[in-house]
Formats: sequence, C-alpha cells, structure tokens
Amino acid sequence: MNEWLYVLLFIVVGLIIPVGAIGVAWIISPKKPNPIKSETYECGIETVGDSWVQFKAQYYIFALVFLVFDVEAVFLFPWAVKLGQLGLYAVIEGIIFILILVAGLVYTWRKGMLEWA
Amino acid sequence: MTQLDFQTLLPLTILTVWACVLLIVDLFIPKNRKGITAVLAALGLAVTLSFTILQIGRENSGYSGMVVLDGFSTFVNALILVSGLLGIALAYGYVKRMGLERGEYYTLLLFSVVGMMLMAQAADLIVVFIALELLSIPLYVLAAFSRTSAESEEAGIKYFLLGAFATGFVVYGTALVFGATGTTSLVGIVGSASNGTSSLLLTIGAALILVGFGFKVAAVPFHMWTPDVYQGAPTSVTAFMAAGAKIAGFAALLRVFATAFPTLATDLTDILWALSAVTMILGNVVAISQTNIKRMLAYSSIAHAGYILMAFVPYGNKDIMPISIAAGLFYLVSYVFTNFGAWGVVIALEKSEGKGLEIGDYAGLGRKYPALAAAMTVFMLSLIGLPPTLGLVGKFYLFRAVIAGGYTGLAIIGVVTSLVSAYYYLRVVVTMYMKDGEPTTEREPMLDFTTAFTAIVTVVVSLVPQWLFLLASNAVLKLF
Amino acid sequence: MTVDLILFLILALVSVSTALGMLLSRNTVYSALFLVLNFVTVAVFYLLLGAPFIAMAQVTVYAGAIMVLFLFVIMLLGTEVLPASNILPWQKPLAGGLAAVLAVEAIYLLLVRARSVAQVTSPDVAINSMDNLREMGKVLFSTYLLPFEVTSILLLVAMVGAIVLTKKEKA
Repeated sequence: MNEWLYVLLFIVVGLIIPVGAIGVAWIISPKKPNPIKSETYECGIETVGDSWVQFKAQYYIFALVFLVFDVEAVFLFPWAVKLGQLGLYAVIEGIIFILILVAGLVYTWRKGMLEWA
Repeated sequence: MTQLDFQTLLPLTILTVWACVLLIVDLFIPKNRKGITAVLAALGLAVTLSFTILQIGRENSGYSGMVVLDGFSTFVNALILVSGLLGIALAYGYVKRMGLERGEYYTLLLFSVVGMMLMAQAADLIVVFIALELLSIPLYVLAAFSRTSAESEEAGIKYFLLGAFATGFVVYGTALVFGATGTTSLVGIVGSASNGTSSLLLTIGAALILVGFGFKVAAVPFHMWTPDVYQGAPTSVTAFMAAGAKIAGFAALLRVFATAFPTLATDLTDILWALSAVTMILGNVVAISQTNIKRMLAYSSIAHAGYILMAFVPYGNKDIMPISIAAGLFYLVSYVFTNFGAWGVVIALEKSEGKGLEIGDYAGLGRKYPALAAAMTVFMLSLIGLPPTLGLVGKFYLFRAVIAGGYTGLAIIGVVTSLVSAYYYLRVVVTMYMKDGEPTTEREPMLDFTTAFTAIVTVVVSLVPQWLFLLASNAVLKLF
Repeated sequence: MTVDLILFLILALVSVSTALGMLLSRNTVYSALFLVLNFVTVAVFYLLLGAPFIAMAQVTVYAGAIMVLFLFVIMLLGTEVLPASNILPWQKPLAGGLAAVLAVEAIYLLLVRARSVAQVTSPDVAINSMDNLREMGKVLFSTYLLPFEVTSILLLVAMVGAIVLTKKEKA
C-alpha cells in the first residue's frame, strides 16, 4: 500500500491549495455587501429564467465522441505502462488501434460534427 | 503476431481495412454519386470472397487460439459474403429511390459483414461477444436508417434495446461459464467440463448464451421484436438482416455448442427440441393472419429459424451430428437465396411511404409482369418446400437427419407446419395470378438481376443438389 | 485488516445512501449527480480489491463520460423534474419484493456460506497495483490482442452509427 501514500499526499495537497487560497481571501477581504455587488454579473445582463434549459440534440454527439475517445484512452493506459517491455510489435499494434480511431475522428470532422453550431 | 495468425484472418483483415478506407474515401465522393461507394463496397466483398475461396482446405488457429480457420468457417464466411453482395445489390437502386442514399449505408454493411465473419471464426467466448456487438451495432443503425419514417426509427430503437438485452444474456452466460471452468476458450471449456467441475453453473451459463443467440436468430419465445423490426426497417436492410444475422447466429451457436458444450447435450437437447418445435408452430400459424407482406415474411423468417434449429437437436449424438449440421448449412444456403429473392420482389413493388406492401397490391402481377410473378412463385414454393426448388431439398435433408437421430416427432411437426405454411405462401401466388389489379413495379437493372439470379439458383441447384450437400458435409467434417 | 473493514463499512454506507438518493430524488439532475458519487465509491471498492485499473476505468468511463451522456440526455429531453405522481403503481411493491428476496439471499450467503467464500483466493493476480496494470498490458497485447484490436473497430462503428443517426441532412 506504500505507493498509495503518494496518491493520498496528492489529494491532500490538491485540497490544501484551493481551500487555503479561498480561505485566506475570505479572512482578509473586507465585507461590505450591497445589492449591486451581490449580483451574479456585476457588469452584465441579469440572467432570466432557469439555467436548466433544453439542449440542442447536436451537442449530444460531442458527449458521444468524447465517450469513444475516453474508452480508447482507458485501453491505451496498460499499453503505455507496458510499452518498454513489449517491444516494437506492441508499438505497431497500439498505433493500429489509434489509427482506426483516427479514421473515426477524420470522419467526424469531415462530417462537420465538431462545429459548435 | 505471426504469419499464421495473419493467414487465419486474412479475408477478414482485408475486408476490415477496406471498410475503414471506404469510410474515409466516401467522405470525398459527391452526394449525388454515392453509387460509387456501393460499387467499391461490392468490390471489397468480391475481393474478400475470392480470398476466402483460396482458403478452402486450410486449417489452423491463430491469435493465441482466439480464432480458428477451418472448413466450417470458410463455408459460412463465403455464404456471409454472398449475402453481403446480394444485400448491396438489393439496396443499390432502393436506397436511391427512397431518398436514403448515403455512403454510410454500405460502410456499415461492410462492418456488419466483418462482425459476422469474425463470429464464424470465433473460438473464444470473448471474441464471440465482440463479434456479436460488431455485427449488431451496424444493423441497429441500418434499421433506423430511414430517419424521416417513424416506423424505421421505432424499428431501430426496438432492435437496439432488445439486441442489447440479448447481448447482456450472452455476456452473463459467458461470465457464468468462466466462473464454472476458469476459461473462455471453447476448447478449454470442454476440457474443463470433462473433468467434471461444477456443471450446474456451466449449464446455466450455456442456457443463457442460448437465450442470447435465440434473440439474434429470432427463435420463439425470443422473437417478439422480429415483426416490428422487419416491417419498420428499410426493406433492403430487412433482407440483409434476415439472412446475415441468421447465418452468423447459427454459426456461432453451432461452434459454441458443438465445441464447448458437448457434455451438456443431455440437458440441452430437450430444450432445443422444444425451441425448434415452438418456433416452427408459432411462426407459421401467426403468419397466416398477416396481410402485410413484410410482416408475413418476418413470421416466415421466424418459422425458418425453427427449421434450422432442428439441425441442432441431435447435437451430442456423434454419428448423426455431422449429417444434421451439414443439412442445417444446406438449409441456410437455400434460405439465403430464397430470402433475398423474395425480398427483391417486395422491393420491386414497394412505393414510397410504405405503400405497395399489402398482399392485395400483388393482384394482377402475373398478367402484367409474368417474369417477376414467376420469380415470386419460385420463392414462395421454395419457402414452403415444394419442387422444383432448393427449399424442398433443404427440408428433405433436414427431416432425414432428424429422423435418423430418432426425433421423428419433430420431423412430423416440421412437415405439418410446412403444410400450414403453404396456405399463406400460396395466397400470394393466387393473388398474383387469379386476381385482377394494376400493379406498378420499379425496373432497376440491379434489382432485376438479383431477383433473376436468386430464382435461377433456387431452381437449378435444386436439380443437382448433391455437390452443395457434399460441400457442406466436407465443411463440417473436421468439426467433431 | 480492521482498517480495511472500517473503510469498507464507511464506503458501503456512502454507496448505499447515494444509491438511495439517486432513486428517491425527484430531480433527475440530482439523481445523476448521486450516481456519480455512487460510481466513485464503487471505484474505491475496486481499489480495495486490488484492481486499480478497473477503478480507473470506472472513474474515467462511468463517472466521467457516461455521466456526461446521462446529463446530456436529461438536458436534451428537458425533463429535469419528474412529476410527483407515480406512473407505475405496481412498481414499488414489486421492487420491494425483489429487494427482500435479494436481502434474504445476501443474509443466507453471509451466514451460511461465509466460510467457504472467504477461502477463495485470487489465483495469480498481482496485488501490487502497478504490477497488476503491467500484467494487464502484457495479457492485452499477447493473448487478448485480437479482441483488443476489434474493440477499436467497434468503437469506430459506434461513433459512425451515432453520427449517421443524429446528423441533420443538409437540404
């Protein structure tokens, strides 16, 4: 379990930094609220209605493409760890794996699915 | 990866690369010229088919025993590739006419064929599962391909949900089998099973896998999706789905059960007997009341799944099994040609928005288009199992094998349900020739060619069926 | 062992309560977020069992990508808050009955079969987590090479299929 200490340390440090920064700011900042200051956007238009609105169906494809590449990343993880011992053969296999998914990326791109509109 | 590994999957690798490249190439083909994609896809299938034929006689396993190459896989792969070609030929004019023409149709079809071929060569339950997914996912998409039609969308979602459910059964069964034997390799399973390890778990696992494949090949009681999906999907997709998914499903069923679970024969034979009988009875009886030709053919496809399942019933009986499986393969061939032909005629009469699909719309066809009506008559006779067609020969071999295995009762059910089926198949023939009507058909060269070709094969091969049966027998020879 | 046990009990409490929270919440977005928490606790269970790779996959794929999909679907349908009325009246008693069966089964296993279950040891799984991952890499690129490669084809097909079904045709 020793190597997990690093993970724990990482989590602790990761918590200390933001909590510390926000905490210090909270302690030393002057607190004189007024209604205009408390607005969400001090120099913008006030939001109207709920922020939970119906999305365009097209955005769904972003999530889907993300999912596919996420799974790819998971599969490449053991590959990357073992690469040194596996040799050239595994490098080629991994590259084939990536190439096949690059074909998917080219397809998605060319179909215009990556445009935010 | 050694050269042997590569050899084992050579046709499949070629087709995979072809499909991936076609996916990209298609992006640069102008929208109104997607016919080029169809031709390229067909060319890929033809090249793969020639490499498959070159593999005849080769036998080895590859990729650490994950896949095998043997006579059986070569036979089934060739049949799958022919269905792919027929599927593209049927779709060529149809998708253009229906406004569905998009390059992805053909690429997805190729990927589905890749999945089916992998299924036929799988020697490990993990590969069976992945191949099942690879063949199914393109089919789900193809079923929903007509996005302007609510029926097609419904067909897609229904097929997807029930298909995912079926895959779940296969995965769960695989997990239980792995739990019982500690391996997913088909050869390993039988080795472990003969050592007498906990067999209840193994039996449950095998039964769950059977349920999953039952869904795929549309056997009763797992057939509920079939009529709606077959009716809703674009007709050219239905034709390919009915043939391809059945071939791959039965190939995997056979491979898994013959290789991995021969020890369970005593438990599973009765189940298979009942499945086969119920499927034949229900498929044929419900088909009688259908007025829509797509629905009728859907129930007919269920019924034929029952006939093919017959071939599995003597499974475990080492003497009968080779004949019976060869008969099953022969029946599959006859079903594939008849099926594509019948759907080809349906496509010729179909109009946009699902018009022209009632059996009544076939009235007068015999007078106005004698050739088309004659072809349809041939297919209907073949589906019943009357001479001079492949259907008769297929049923003859099947019933003979089943009777030789001692299951005369099942053969009687088969004969009786075939008689019942004559009622609804002949109704189409009677409508075509005896009733008056003014049907209009689409004349598309590819479609005409496909219908004529399948009709000729159905008749001519039935006159000299021995060589095909010999081919099928040789294919299964090494399996046992 | 006792530290593990305490950890397990805490996690079990968290995972059961998040699962309940997911089921009982009337707001589907809250349900989804409860589910994220639940996925993460399950990932920690995998860690406790000595399977860090599965834990990582659980976090990245399930708690990450799948949940994004869930939230997108919720947002897409615009049905964040469920109606208060129960659509399926038989659902609750049925679920309760099934849960009771499951509970009896679990108790039986714990009381009667606990001893035999406890003796099951993992055959040759390296408990050291990095070794476990390396072992996985080795197996993935030797025995399971073919399924691995076919998986990429499968992912490609899924992506193409999704695009075919969602893309608007230009008129």
